Amino acid sequence: MPIPTPFHERTQPLCISYRWKDWAGYCAVCSFDTSHEREYFAFRESAGLLDATPLYKYEVSGPDAAALLGRMMVRDVTKLKVGRVAYSCWCDDDGKVIDDGTVSRLAADHFRVTAADPTLHWLQALSRGLDVELEDSSARLAALALQGPTSRAILRDAGIDEIDSLKFFGVTRGTIRGIPVWISRTGYTGDLGYEVWVEREAAVDVWDALMAAGGRHGIEPAGLDALDVARIEAGFVLLGVDYFSSQKVVLESRKSTPLELGFGWMVDLERGNFIGRDAIAAEQKRGSIWQLVGLEVSWVELEQLYASFNLPPSLPATARRDALPVYDEAGHQVGQATSHTWSPLLKKYLALASVRRGFEAKGTKLQIEHTVEYERRKVTATVAPIPFFDPERKRKP
Amino acid sequence: MSDLRGGRYDAIVVGAGHNGLVCAAYLAKAGRKVLVLERRHQVGGATTTEEIHPGFKFSCCSYVVSLLRPWIIRDLELPRHGYEVLPLEATLTPFPDGRYLLRDSDPERTRRSIAQFSPRDAEVYKRFGQQMAELGRLIKPLIDQPAPDPLSRDPRELLRIARLGKQIRGEGDAWLFANVKMMTMSAVDFLSEWFECEQLIAPMAISGIIGTFLGIRSPGTAYVLLHHYMGEIDGSFRAWGLPKGGTGAIAQAIASSARALGVEIRTEAPVAHLLMQNGRAAGVVLANGDEIRARAVISGLDPHRTFLHLVGEEHLDPEIAQQVRRFKMRGSSGKVNLALDALPELTCRPDYGPHLQGGITIAPSIDYLERAYDDAKYGAFSRQPFMDVLIPSLTDPTVAPPGKHVMSIFVQYAPYHLKEGAADWPNQREAFGDAVIDTLSEYMPNLKSLILHRQVLTPWDLEQIYGLTEGNIFHGELSLEQLAFLRPMAGWSRYRTPVRNLWMCASGTHPGGGIMGVPGALCAQAMLGKRAV
Repeated sequence: MPIPTPFHERTQPLCISYRWKDWAGYCAVCSFDTSHEREYFAFRESAGLLDATPLYKYEVSGPDAAALLGRMMVRDVTKLKVGRVAYSCWCDDDGKVIDDGTVSRLAADHFRVTAADPTLHWLQALSRGLDVELEDSSARLAALALQGPTSRAILRDAGIDEIDSLKFFGVTRGTIRGIPVWISRTGYTGDLGYEVWVEREAAVDVWDALMAAGGRHGIEPAGLDALDVARIEAGFVLLGVDYFSSQKVVLESRKSTPLELGFGWMVDLERGNFIGRDAIAAEQKRGSIWQLVGLEVSWVELEQLYASFNLPPSLPATARRDALPVYDEAGHQVGQATSHTWSPLLKKYLALASVRRGFEAKGTKLQIEHTVEYERRKVTATVAPIPFFDPERKRKP
Repeated sequence: MSDLRGGRYDAIVVGAGHNGLVCAAYLAKAGRKVLVLERRHQVGGATTTEEIHPGFKFSCCSYVVSLLRPWIIRDLELPRHGYEVLPLEATLTPFPDGRYLLRDSDPERTRRSIAQFSPRDAEVYKRFGQQMAELGRLIKPLIDQPAPDPLSRDPRELLRIARLGKQIRGEGDAWLFANVKMMTMSAVDFLSEWFECEQLIAPMAISGIIGTFLGIRSPGTAYVLLHHYMGEIDGSFRAWGLPKGGTGAIAQAIASSARALGVEIRTEAPVAHLLMQNGRAAGVVLANGDEIRARAVISGLDPHRTFLHLVGEEHLDPEIAQQVRRFKMRGSSGKVNLALDALPELTCRPDYGPHLQGGITIAPSIDYLERAYDDAKYGAFSRQPFMDVLIPSLTDPTVAPPGKHVMSIFVQYAPYHLKEGAADWPNQREAFGDAVIDTLSEYMPNLKSLILHRQVLTPWDLEQIYGLTEGNIFHGELSLEQLAFLRPMAGWSRYRTPVRNLWMCASGTHPGGGIMGVPGALCAQAMLGKRAV
């Protein structure tokens, strides 16, 4: 049974829809209201405040902290400057992805790693013989994601003087109502946004401070349904949905590599050894089997399809995770769409999909399954660059 | 004749309202060289956002979007040019007794809200919506095509009408009866066949009268209700939306798309009149005397302005001129826009919440609305008007400074023809504004103390500033006798005009007003089809 997060006493009365779900063992709000739409638009137009406490967090410190993470991450985090954050995935020896998350360098010898799955065992396994100290800070630290165009103004009003100098993927200390917090300019919405990390005892006070400061900036508590739409627009993959941890799956074919997931940009094969390096190098020579792509489903064809049933087009109101087969023009299955959603902002039906090599080029016409009145049909879906939505404000100083 | 047909431009569009811009964009997309001339300093016409008070951006005239067609949004790639629509779901109707009706996207919540007035109506409400959507679905294709023209002798047109007839017969008798009822009944009578409590009937009936000089008990108003069930923003999910950055942002997006397609847009370039040669339109003459020639001229102005000012009666058949003068303009509404220091508190529900993010409708009873019409019938503004109130800054913080808000108040009735004469409006403007604020203050007691700036737009102002004849927001009333093949006049519903080489592309043509873009797009298609450009 999931347990409440430190923010529960605030989120629970606001969640008038009673729609919760289990996120890493915690009760997490799907949507506060019956529809997630206002919360979604808060992420895009003002600011949404999301309880991100269930994220797994680990403190890696000591003289060999950088060496440990340098070995674990496909990205070279040893060169990360203090006050910077890097997004990376990590692999097993076969170069198959285990998980992805952020690595923040809080001090020269102190890193914080976030993960979607429990990762302490992996850190421990890799730390043998190294002078590091590991702490699972998941329960100790509460986290809030404050995402949206007005998030900076809210944090400024909440008394974070450092906020205007905090660059994209930067992290800094600050205080809110005298409470020490860490603030990173990171998030899962692909918009201007921040994550606030605080000791659990002071969590509610920080929530109250942000809600108070956000009153004049259109702040809205937001749930996971809204986040799911935003993250698909931003082209972010989700562990357990768009790919699976190599440590959890039974079938070899279910595993993914960094290159297949579009994480190739993280990989630096020239630097020293890291876990999975040789396998990734070999894959780079050989070529990947799969490629993660964005798909835009043809609205015109959807309309025609529904019209042939005498219906107006209708799509699920929330982002969906039921995988749909993707076909080439000849009708052969060449992949699957793992997340899909209607984008209220872009007015497009979007999907994240894995397709076989040869079908990943931008503009490639594919077909995606769509069910109307119990009948399975196909409509055209065109390969499109991700992120689908990438506003300038996200990285603007 | 090459000097007549030649010139640098294939077409000149007079007026950069949203329809004029859509028309220009479609012509440019087909490779034509198009010039758009706008009298004001900015594009958009009545689709406009203006910073009337520093930091506060008002959607001065039109304030919501519903019917902008998805195919136009796609064809002109408007999202890429900044078009963004935010949800506007709820309708809150406060009553003087402190109760309120809240209808929003949650069907159960809506049902419970209606049930406090009538449990029976609460159950029927959903079925009513389904039936209306069903009716609307069959009518909707008509707004995406030129109006069927029963006066035509063209066999293709007759075939089209025959097909339509067949389709209607296929829908069965019930459908036909419902339609005939809608076309002849008043909004109140029609709704009373479904509902018993007037707390529901009154706010629902107002969609039958917006922009017309009719009352909710006037026959023919039932039909306009249908339009509310035809709106689509994301495909067909929803009725009404709030354009980000105000409605002016829509015009900016269309203008940006048009420019990318090669359209030239000149602002502060008022057109004095058409350049007539041998009874044909050969171009335009600007107020500064410049002549610009083109193969065709397209008027984005209303029918009165187009024929009586742009063309001039001296160039018109007297019969035509008579028909134009008979086309009813008679504006009946005004706008009050407020810059607010903070959110006002509603007596019926003082808390802050999503109920404030929709429309707040001041329509407490049927008699209230009919009395409001009574004032107007005899040439006065309603002492207690119907109001549609919106606080766009709650959903779109970019239109006001942090913590402050803009309020848009659509007000009906404000008849253009006051009994003292339309020219007396400047003397009555502030009294009208006071009546609006006083009435609204009955529901929001702290409203007056929050007003930083007040903009009052009477129908006379709408005419003076935006060129809407008699302040009619739809370029002519959307009453049955002025719709479809009768818009703007019998025989001329296909964007052509009795003046050769002059076309019309705005709300005065089929399918009519609102930020829809269809007249502009269909005009361009008709011109290209007839090889007029």
